[in-house]
Amino acid sequence: MKLTGAHIVWESLVREGVEVVFGICGGAVIHLHHALPEYPIRHVLMRHEQAAAHAADGYARATGKVGVCMATSGPGATNLVTGLATAHMDSSPVVAITGQVSSALIGKDAFQEVDITGITLPITKHNYLVTEVEALPTVIKEAFHIARSGRPGPVLIDIAKDAQAAGVEYEYPQEVNLPGYRPILIGDQRQIKQAARLINEAQRPLIIAGHGVMLAGAETELRELVEKAQIPVVNTLLGLSTIPETHPLCLGMGGMHGEAYANKALQEADLIVNIGGRFDDRLTGPVSTFVPEAKIIHIDVDPAEIGKNVRVDLPIVGDAKNVLQDLVPLVEPTSHPDWTSKINEWRAESAERDILEQETDALIPQYVVRHIWHATGGNAIMVSDVGQNQMWEAQYFLHHKPRGLLSSGGLGTMGFALPAAIGAQMGKPEEIVWVTVGDGGFQMNIQELATVVQEKLPLKMAILNNGFLGMVRQWQQLFFEGRYSGTPLLGPDFAKVAEAYGIPGFTVREKSQVIPAIEQALATDGPALINFIVEQEENVYPMVAPGGSIGNMLRRPQPEGVGEQKGGDSK
Amino acid sequence: MRHTLVALMEDKPGVLNRISSLFRRRNFNIESLTVGHSETPGISRMTIVSEGDRAIIEQVEKQLYKLVNVTKVTDVTDEPAVIRELALIKVTASGAARSEITGLADIFRAKVVDVAPDSLTVEITGTEDKVDSLLGLLHPFGIRELVRTGRVAMVRGSNGRTTQSTNSKGL
Repeated sequence: MKLTGAHIVWESLVREGVEVVFGICGGAVIHLHHALPEYPIRHVLMRHEQAAAHAADGYARATGKVGVCMATSGPGATNLVTGLATAHMDSSPVVAITGQVSSALIGKDAFQEVDITGITLPITKHNYLVTEVEALPTVIKEAFHIARSGRPGPVLIDIAKDAQAAGVEYEYPQEVNLPGYRPILIGDQRQIKQAARLINEAQRPLIIAGHGVMLAGAETELRELVEKAQIPVVNTLLGLSTIPETHPLCLGMGGMHGEAYANKALQEADLIVNIGGRFDDRLTGPVSTFVPEAKIIHIDVDPAEIGKNVRVDLPIVGDAKNVLQDLVPLVEPTSHPDWTSKINEWRAESAERDILEQETDALIPQYVVRHIWHATGGNAIMVSDVGQNQMWEAQYFLHHKPRGLLSSGGLGTMGFALPAAIGAQMGKPEEIVWVTVGDGGFQMNIQELATVVQEKLPLKMAILNNGFLGMVRQWQQLFFEGRYSGTPLLGPDFAKVAEAYGIPGFTVREKSQVIPAIEQALATDGPALINFIVEQEENVYPMVAPGGSIGNMLRRPQPEGVGEQKGGDSK
Repeated sequence: MRHTLVALMEDKPGVLNRISSLFRRRNFNIESLTVGHSETPGISRMTIVSEGDRAIIEQVEKQLYKLVNVTKVTDVTDEPAVIRELALIKVTASGAARSEITGLADIFRAKVVDVAPDSLTVEITGTEDKVDSLLGLLHPFGIRELVRTGRVAMVRGSNGRTTQSTNSKGL
């Protein structure tokens, strides 16, 4: 059948299983929008293209399917950039479609022309400029294949306006032909045998479970390995929820704001098995001081991640699920009682010092997060923003639901949470989706409240409002002489803003109101927003000082120990 | 240490940009880069000379291999290989200097490819060292213009090592 380029795009997207596209219309995608109503694809009109990219990313993270966003040429395309960089850093499968000026005008600095393939070269897994309609079916087929396979990532397709309008006989390719793209999914059996031997010989083994476990859907296999050989697990931020945090062998998050006992365990382990994590600097601190006593096994689908940041003793390139399926049968059932009981002592000590154990009437953000966990039974999809709110969410919500935490880990993009939650809710309409966000990040994409209302999404939003760009303020307090330069932040009355959009808004100032407000939000049919006015200068503890080893953490000063900074021991 | 990498890639628009952008973005050093057609239609062949320790060069290889359009990457540094570059040297030459210069060119098996009233253009092919030595000898006459292609390399023997990716197993 003969179709226009615009029809070819939608026809092909339908064949790729796309149900929803997040975007904003414009002059260079007008052909695409004109053809869209003929196809069973829902278009979600966002209020900013950055939010469209985050929504596609959030959809992808929540569902495991490819998220699609669309924008017009020029400013529409450049507005996608932050969202694509976010997806790229966190290996999220996204396909971005941008309109481009007509092929005859490319290179002439035409109205709303920008070189978006040039701009996005380093922040996409691959990208395409299509100037001829004949190329479209193959390009779209390849783009989806590249986005979702191997180590997933964003792919951008820039389509000239004349290629959208032109017609051609349509045939969708059955297979891709990419001689330079052959992800290695099965691990080398010899290396897997060696890994099993190292695990069987280890006295103090420790697993780092990263985002790759989730991307491979290897939660079950991870748990089999953990339980068979009784190996404790530390998660990266994006690895949280790959093993229930209530599991006795789960130590929660490691790194800069990780649990002190998790970091101690890393530093004392004699074997590290990193599954699908990339040894990010927020986990390792200075690599010269990281896991000084351990041999390192690194399992990753991306060969370039192995040896990039940390010297590795045994590399295994492959998909985490496949590698673990091959590895688990070779691992002997065992236990390490001395090792696990030592870790549990450290853990108990931290638990005693937890701020939630302290008597206080102050409205602290940790309390809010913990009670969202209680109220949802941990069964919500949590979408956190970036900064203090992100760390408190990671520390005080005990994740157990696979794909239950979405956050911008690598790029650390403030403004991510609300639009990503819109994408997550579109992909998982039956789930409860909570946004936890600071007053700074919320104001970076606050316009998306309109999208929430227009699409009738029952999002629950918790603003942890401390009147500061809190994480930077914390650094200024601890390391920059307490000079709060550029961090005090005025915000609107968020409950009233919500009401103006037609969303029920609540303001909570007292600790006693926290639980009723969360329950009221959950009982609300449709979206609800709670503005929690929390302690302004509450800090995230524990913390690794910049440049410090993860084994040497700053702890929360204890009420009785006046002036105590390092000696105190708290969460 | 200087490494010589040979990369094969699909001849598509923007591929050179992808490669140079990768080196810039990852802060890898490029000493020279040459690109042209290979024996296979649609496949270009690039020779890249890069300075770095083994770990860095391993990263260069892996990052290159991650580019969708790159089909093969080989480090030929430790292979027996024919390594050449070509230079065109325009040197000031009048009177007695002319015969001295052509004499030097003969010794290096270089060719005089252009003659003007007060200059000669010499074409030389060889290793960098050979080109460097001829340049050193011609320098006193006055070098007016110089162009060097950068290194191209091919592994010796009938089996082209570059026809098999060395990096498909990751390490």
